[in-house]
Amino acid sequence: MAQAVAAAEGGERSSLLAAAQGRRARQILGERVLLGLLVASSLVAILTTIGIVLSLLFETIRFLDAVPLFDFLFGLNWSPQIAIREDQVGSSGAFGVIPLLVGTGLIAAVAMTVAGPLGLLSAVYLAEYATPRARSLAKPILEILAGIPTVVYGFFAVLVVAPFVRDSSESIGFEVSSESALAAGVVMGVMIIPIVSSLADDVISAVPQSLREGAYGLGATKSETVRDVVLPAALPGIGGALLLGVSRAIGETMIVVMAAGLSAHLTVNPLQAVTTITVQMVALLTGDQEFDSPKTLAAFALGLLLFIATLILNLIALMLVRRYQERYD
Amino acid sequence: MTDPRQSPTETILASLPRRRRAEARFRIYGIAAIGVALAFLVLLIGAIGSKGIGAFSQAEIALDVTLDESVLDPSGTRDPETLSTANYRAVVRAALGEIFPEAVSKRRDRRKLMALVSAGAGFELRELVLEDPGAIGQTMRVWVPADDEVDMLLKGAIARESGRFNDKQLAWLDRLEEEGRIRSAFNWRFFSSGDSREPELAGILGAISGSFFALLTCLVLSFPLGVMTAIYLEEFAPRNRWTDLIEININNLAAVPSIVFGLLGLAIFLGFMGLTRSAPLVGGMVLALMTLPTVIIATRASLRAVPPSIREAAIGLGASRMQAMLHHTLPLAMPGIMTGTIIGMAQALGESAPLIMIGMVAFIVDVPQGLLDPASALPVQIYIWADSPERAFAEKTAAAIIVLLAFLVVMNLTAVILRRRFERRW
Amino acid sequence: MDMTPSNLMPKLTARGVNVFYDDAHALKQVDLDIRAHEVTALIGPSGCGKSTFLRCLNRMNDLIEICRVDGDIRLDGEDIYDPAVDLVYLRARIGMVFQKPNPFPKSIYDNVAYGPKIHGLARSRADMDEIVVSSLERAGLWDEVKDRLEAPATGLSGGQQQRLCIARAIAVRPEVILMDEPCSALDPIATARIEALIDELKQNFTIVIVTHSMQQAARVSQRTAFFHLGNLVEVGDTDTVFTRPVDPRTESYISGRIG
Ligand SMILES: Nc1ncnc2c1ncn2[C@@H]1O[C@H](COP(=O)(O)OP(=O)(O)OP(=O)(O)O)[C@@H](O)[C@H]1O
Ligand SMILES: [Mg+2]
Repeated sequence: MAQAVAAAEGGERSSLLAAAQGRRARQILGERVLLGLLVASSLVAILTTIGIVLSLLFETIRFLDAVPLFDFLFGLNWSPQIAIREDQVGSSGAFGVIPLLVGTGLIAAVAMTVAGPLGLLSAVYLAEYATPRARSLAKPILEILAGIPTVVYGFFAVLVVAPFVRDSSESIGFEVSSESALAAGVVMGVMIIPIVSSLADDVISAVPQSLREGAYGLGATKSETVRDVVLPAALPGIGGALLLGVSRAIGETMIVVMAAGLSAHLTVNPLQAVTTITVQMVALLTGDQEFDSPKTLAAFALGLLLFIATLILNLIALMLVRRYQERYD
Repeated sequence: MTDPRQSPTETILASLPRRRRAEARFRIYGIAAIGVALAFLVLLIGAIGSKGIGAFSQAEIALDVTLDESVLDPSGTRDPETLSTANYRAVVRAALGEIFPEAVSKRRDRRKLMALVSAGAGFELRELVLEDPGAIGQTMRVWVPADDEVDMLLKGAIARESGRFNDKQLAWLDRLEEEGRIRSAFNWRFFSSGDSREPELAGILGAISGSFFALLTCLVLSFPLGVMTAIYLEEFAPRNRWTDLIEININNLAAVPSIVFGLLGLAIFLGFMGLTRSAPLVGGMVLALMTLPTVIIATRASLRAVPPSIREAAIGLGASRMQAMLHHTLPLAMPGIMTGTIIGMAQALGESAPLIMIGMVAFIVDVPQGLLDPASALPVQIYIWADSPERAFAEKTAAAIIVLLAFLVVMNLTAVILRRRFERRW
Repeated sequence: MDMTPSNLMPKLTARGVNVFYDDAHALKQVDLDIRAHEVTALIGPSGCGKSTFLRCLNRMNDLIEICRVDGDIRLDGEDIYDPAVDLVYLRARIGMVFQKPNPFPKSIYDNVAYGPKIHGLARSRADMDEIVVSSLERAGLWDEVKDRLEAPATGLSGGQQQRLCIARAIAVRPEVILMDEPCSALDPIATARIEALIDELKQNFTIVIVTHSMQQAARVSQRTAFFHLGNLVEVGDTDTVFTRPVDPRTESYISGRIG
């Protein structure tokens, strides 16, 4: 009798054990599947990059069938408008990218003239001078600037800044286009201030306190310490912050689409209208056109150019910031 | 050199005033830099706010319309087909003629008179009749929207002397005002209709709906993908060159110009996969790829913030690494992940360039009802209106910006509150 | 040692000094005189407040937000916590050398020239050269770096960097030099060089040094102050403190029973 109970108990236990093992096996299988999913999803980021590179390269190669690489890279004339109809005279259009590069560079230069000093000075103030209270007030202001959509900046440029630039320069006797590089660049600069300042703030805060104390211990004032010791020590990182700002400036689209010009003038006068790579990409791809015309393909060639330029800038910037951070770890 | 024992106190003392001034200057530069940023922000919000506030009201004109059966439904069948194609403009014209009998005789005057009310007045009468066919035959007072130029005139954005109105029109308007037939009412059309060529009829519902469907797609794709990628990289991935590559790649994607993502969507989603142009589905897919790095980076940060002791405790109790992550680490990291996701969604909501690339920039009157209906998005609508020459559209643009910013404020505040509420000090 | 009047009056006097980090009471009612042209050593177990006291003397604690200093500290009879005191001037008169060498990311020359430059102590380039050379010489570093003055200072060895920091401090010709464990990061040979240097410097400067090494305190200092748990337990001639300590706590610390 007692034996029978024991046997029954034993059987129950072993069947429980078997069930547990079955569960465990299913669980291991489930975990394998889940891990596979995790790996697969981490590939999406890689696939995105590959997708970008391939689609840009593929269409660019087709574009270069129609327009020689040399003419594209070194041509001084950009007027894709006349390429709309095959039978038209001069249907090949002119796809010289130099005026776009100059225009993009000009607006980016104006933007960085605004964002560089203002961003760095705000960063220095936040990192070195501001009391915790002032910091908790000033940081959100910059964060709000960073959170405003660029289309809003674009509208603001058209609504307020461009008329202001035009009126005030005309009042001192300059002739100014209402789509001047200056107006677009200034607004873009304000948009970039928070990017520069938050990165530079991190970088400046990472300068070891011992360096500051070394300068204070010699009797340096705060500004002398910042200027002579902190900023030079943070220089690589600050360079990285500025480069990321430049990268944002050349890739920015909506502000220039709304506030900069459409026709390509080869000029470095910020009071004139220039056009940029991104403006032309939008112009080439909006409106009706077949997918294969040199016009649409040109947008991809411009996109590839933009992608390469920003990629290089970003990689250098990340490398600078990272190497700098390692130095003081 | 002077005797080293003698302290250089005099020289240093003499240098102090100059250095104190330099110090004060430097501090002022810093404050000024932040002041400029603040001033710009205030100016931006002030300019757009004051420009856009007007768009929330709209001038309306009261007409005593007679819904004449002989005009609207001569056969008397009340067939909806007949009712929806009937000539409601004639009814409007007749109602105006009642008020200004002197203007009916000349064609030119009749046209000028009709120009005072919106082209949408007829549509609104049609809506009224379709809803209640019993109204036919009755005479009733109806407030119809005024033309956008009239609206601008009444808001003071156009001067009486601008030449846009002739003297007769101005006199008519004065009389309407005297008779209490003009009012400024809340512009509900702005929130309940899609785009229109007529500024007084244009609304943002279509754009909001497009943005909603695009963001929905974006969320459904980028949240799981981003969280899973982050979990893999943070909890399971070995440290090797391959994962380094993924990491560098993610950091780089975060800095690729948004317009390039648009080209990707154009070439692959539209060109290669053949999806519909202008569809929120495609827009959302592009936005998802852009948002992915934000979600990944935020998720990794919050996973890292969960102390390893919790993981170790779970593993010590016999849980597998996957169970420890699913049951313990992930739930604890969730608030941070959600905060990051909301911020990513807010960025996606403000994005226009990639959507323009995939054709979400067309003039679309109908409010999109699904993922594949042609649509624009709120920021793109802003871009379209900003480009329109009509003066009244500038006001609409600013108003749409106010709405967009309101959405962004709500999203970011949610993120902040979420962070505050669940912020944990381990 | 000559007994000029300036030697009789203490260079620095601290009376009733209390320091708080937020609510933590780090220094309690400290009274201490620092005599001119002597080396005063501050010893005591870790965390007893030596660095805190040292940093009160040139108001380095002002940089720490949560730090509050009460009491009266005078340099040549002038209250250094008087609101009218200019920190720049004070710190030019009381230099500091830190535990970890902290050369600026500049050349060797520029490191030494930095203090004189900001204070306008050199009227010409030649003046500056002379200051740099003599400071490096007195810090015992000249022979090692004279061929690479333009090389980055961060390329020097730890001991060289610390001597560079001493050269940088003396280039301003301060009256007092504060040293917070200047040898803790150095090997015995570099330590010996710096100890010799300190001994030499006391002819021109008043020196306060924090050290964990009792041998070092015994070797370089004339007076020793022993801190324990924020209290100044005992101060006196180094010989006396080490051979016949008055307080039992001092005795146990010196004989290695606490700390
Ligand atoms: N910045 C600070 N914030 C808060 N507390 C501090 C700070 N600096 C020092 N303390 C506290 O003050 C007390 C004295 O510290 P101090 O650095 O003066 O000690 P010490 O004698 O120099 O020690 P050690 O020999 O380890 O350098 C310690 O309890 C320390 O924790
Ligand atoms: Mg210490």
